[in-house]
Amino acid sequence: MIHIEQLHKKFGKNKVLKGVDLDINSKGIIAILGPNGSGKTTLIKSILGMVIPDSGVLSVNGTSIKKNSQYRDQIDYLPQIANFPANLKVKELIAMIKDLRNRPGEDHRLIQLFKLEPFLSKKLGNLSGGTKQKVNLVLALMFDSPIIILDEPTTGLDPIALIHLKELISEEKVKGKTILITSHIMSFVEEMADEIVFLLEGKVYFKGNIGALKSQTETTNFEQAIANLLTQENA
Amino acid sequence: MLKILKYSFFDLIRSRWSYVYLLFYLGLGSVLLFLNNDLSKAVITLMNVITILVPLIGTIFGVMYYYNSKEFTELLLAQPIKRSSIFIGQYLGVALSLSMSLIIGLGIPFALYGLFQSDEIWDFGLLLVTGTFLTLIFTALAFNIALYNENKIKGFSYAILLWLFMAVIYDGLFLMSLVAFQSYPLDSFSIGATMFNPIDLSRILILLKLDISALLGYTGAVFQKFFGTGFGLLISIVALSLWVVLPVLNIYRKSRKKDF
Repeated sequence: MIHIEQLHKKFGKNKVLKGVDLDINSKGIIAILGPNGSGKTTLIKSILGMVIPDSGVLSVNGTSIKKNSQYRDQIDYLPQIANFPANLKVKELIAMIKDLRNRPGEDHRLIQLFKLEPFLSKKLGNLSGGTKQKVNLVLALMFDSPIIILDEPTTGLDPIALIHLKELISEEKVKGKTILITSHIMSFVEEMADEIVFLLEGKVYFKGNIGALKSQTETTNFEQAIANLLTQENA
Repeated sequence: MLKILKYSFFDLIRSRWSYVYLLFYLGLGSVLLFLNNDLSKAVITLMNVITILVPLIGTIFGVMYYYNSKEFTELLLAQPIKRSSIFIGQYLGVALSLSMSLIIGLGIPFALYGLFQSDEIWDFGLLLVTGTFLTLIFTALAFNIALYNENKIKGFSYAILLWLFMAVIYDGLFLMSLVAFQSYPLDSFSIGATMFNPIDLSRILILLKLDISALLGYTGAVFQKFFGTGFGLLISIVALSLWVVLPVLNIYRKSRKKDF
C-alpha cells in the first residue's frame, strides 16, 4: 500500500527525517507515535505530497508519488489544525470539496452524526474550535477511500463526538481500509491501534503491535512502555 | 484548473474590495468624461492613472489574496489536484477579477458617452488592453513574491517596494543615467531600459497609438524613430506578453518545489 525507503527531509538546517524506511501493507489502524518534533507530520505530509522530500522513494499502491497528483484520490486526509477559508459557509465548503473530487460523499450521515445541521449556513470563521474540527472530520471521512490519514483527530472534540469518532474509525477498519493515525493521547491509541510505528529523531525506532512493544520494554502499561522507549534511547 | 479558477474568481467577486475598485473606475471614468467633454483627453488622463494605479492594486491584491487563502490552498493540496493547477488557477482568478473591474468600470461610462460612434474606440481599447496586461504582470509578480516569502510582512514590503521601484524610482534612475551619460549615444540603452519596465512600456505603447509626439518624451521619440509606430506597437506588445509569461512560468516552477 504505502512503501517508503530512505526518506530524507530537512528544513533549512533542521534535519527532520533522516532515512525513514517504512512499509505499510496491512489493513487496519496504524498509529504513528513519537515525541514532539520527531517528524510525524512531516512524514504524513510527505505521503500526501505536500512536503517534497530531499531524497528517498515513496510510493502509494505501487506507483511513485513524484509528479503525480491522482494518487491522492485514494487518500482521505484530516489535517492537524483545522484552518478553513473564513468567508465560506460550511455547506459551500463541503459542496466545493465534493465538486473538486468529482465524487459523491456521504456527508449527510456524518453531518447528522456530529449534529452539524445548525451550523451549515454559518461562515467557517465564526465557528468554535471543536465545531471546526467536526467539519474537518466530515470533510476527511465523507469519501470512501482505501487509505485514511488522521493527524491528531481528537483535538478539541467533546466526549460524545469522541465516541462517534471511535465508532467511525472502527467502521472504516471493518471495511478493510488502512488507517494512519497520529495522536498524543495514549489511551486513545491503546484502544484503537493494531500496530504502532514509533518515530524518534527522524527514524523509525519501533514497528510492531502493542503486545510486542510491552514485551520489548518489559512493562505491562502502554503509556509506561512508550516512556521506556524514550528513556532507553536517552540512557 | 478551471474549477480552482472558478472558486477563486467567485470568492473575489463576492468580496467588498472588488466593488470598491469597480466603483472607483466607474466614478473616475464618468467624472473625466462628463467634466472634460473630450474623449481623447480623457484617455490620456486615464493612461496616467492606469499606469500607476493598476500595478499598485495588482501587487497588493495578489499578495493579499495569496496570504489570505493559505488555508484554502492547504486544503486543496491534499486533494487529487495538480499543484500547478492550484496556483495558476488562483492567480488567474485574481488577475481576471481585477481586469474585469477595470474593463467594466471604465467601459460603462465610455459606452454611455457614445464611444462606439467615435474614432477613439481603438485608443480606448488599447488602454483597456494595457490595463489588463499590467494587471496580469503585477499580479504574477506579486504571487512570485508571496511564494518566496513565508513571512507576510516581508512579502507585503517587497510588493510595495517592487511597485515603488517600477512606478517611480526606475524613471528617476533612468533619467539620471541619461543626464550622466548625455555625451554618449543612448538610443539602444534607453530602448533596452524601457523593455525592462512594464509601466514605461505601457505608457509608450499608448502614446505611440495616440501619436502625441509632445508627450512621447525621449524614449518614446527614440522608440518611434527606431521602430516606427506600427512595429513599435508590436514590439511593445510582445515585450509585455513576455512580462506575463516569464513570471507565470516561475509560479509554475516554484510551486512544484515548495513545502507546505
